[in-house]
Amino acid sequence: MSVTAKTLDTNEYFYGHKACAGCGGSLAVRAALKVLGEKSVAVLPAGCMSAVGFNFPQLCFSNNAIISMFAGTASMLTGVEAGLRRRGITDFQAVGFAGDGGTADIGIQALSGAIDRGDNILYICYDNEAYMNTGIQKSGLTPFGAKTTTTPAGANIHGNIRPKKNLFEIVAAHDIPYAATATVGYLPDFLNKVEKAKSIKGTKFIHVIAPCPTGWGIPVSDTVEAAREIVDCGLWYLAEYENGAFTLNRDPKEFTSVEDYLKRQARFKHLTDDDIRVIIESRDKKWEKIRSNWKTKE
Amino acid sequence: MKPFVREKKTFGFDDVPEDTCYEAGYLVTINAGWRSIRPVINAEKCVGCSQCYLYCPDGVIAIKDGKAVVDYDFCKGCGICEKTCKIGAIVMEDEQK
Repeated sequence: MSVTAKTLDTNEYFYGHKACAGCGGSLAVRAALKVLGEKSVAVLPAGCMSAVGFNFPQLCFSNNAIISMFAGTASMLTGVEAGLRRRGITDFQAVGFAGDGGTADIGIQALSGAIDRGDNILYICYDNEAYMNTGIQKSGLTPFGAKTTTTPAGANIHGNIRPKKNLFEIVAAHDIPYAATATVGYLPDFLNKVEKAKSIKGTKFIHVIAPCPTGWGIPVSDTVEAAREIVDCGLWYLAEYENGAFTLNRDPKEFTSVEDYLKRQARFKHLTDDDIRVIIESRDKKWEKIRSNWKTKE
Repeated sequence: MKPFVREKKTFGFDDVPEDTCYEAGYLVTINAGWRSIRPVINAEKCVGCSQCYLYCPDGVIAIKDGKAVVDYDFCKGCGICEKTCKIGAIVMEDEQK
């Protein structure tokens, strides 16, 4: 059964948190928990969601939730799952919410280990494309050209010189039972992927784009629009990996303007036409690969 | 159901838990003071499509009797609901006072 706004659990499991207005990450956490329900155990490493969710005595998760070490989201999920299983509890889902830095850089070893062991956990990476909690430093998932405090835009170097790490395919290369990409701009798609992941036994991974108004330099009301536009212009894709095969969920016939998407964000304001051409070329190259190798499903 | 605001008390050293466990969903402060604009729902126009409820990062919008209702205690006034509403039933107004 597919999840829609009408069939969604009306309880709130992430409420009263201190995230900035218009936070994409908190939207991803709230939406995922509404699918997983109160029997889920959330693990949050150092990052925005643990900083805004646990300000003692203001505790904003109404399911069980715990803060882990920065690098240890996946290993703590393993422990939570094993501990509850040992106590005879079976109707729960251990779920981790880590940021892009906590997943692609600092936590990748623990994640890789958990997938290798085949632990029955769900790992959700909310990707705001830099270390936003500590004040916008470049992470492995910061895209080419983005200005951060560690990749400033100057006359010679225009922001980040490295492309975004291909985390989805790195995870899929472990032959994981289920991996998917999503965006908070298309929530029904994300919710259904969480619902699907819940029913699969083994390690599950969902990579969800969650814009950060502070770090991206967009108005707080534009979070959802930016999260839609990144998919529409082709710089992000909605896909799944299951049973050893990639499936593309959304194949736009025509991309919207990459320039419009980039120029609305302060972190890309400095980009020259040449930089934008590089971004468009790498996008087209990526999509050529996707379209020739992946199945498409509309 | 959602967490409710408890009475704010001063925590002494003796009240602070020794381990890291405490009651889930324990709220003592509200976020209303963060707001400079507030969403106002036009109940005549609202058709209860739930899109604002779905996309609210703070989960403050609920659908009651087919209409959207905002919990102003926790709304931060980001304005995502206004942009999500396709029929224009939500308008952001300046916070008074």
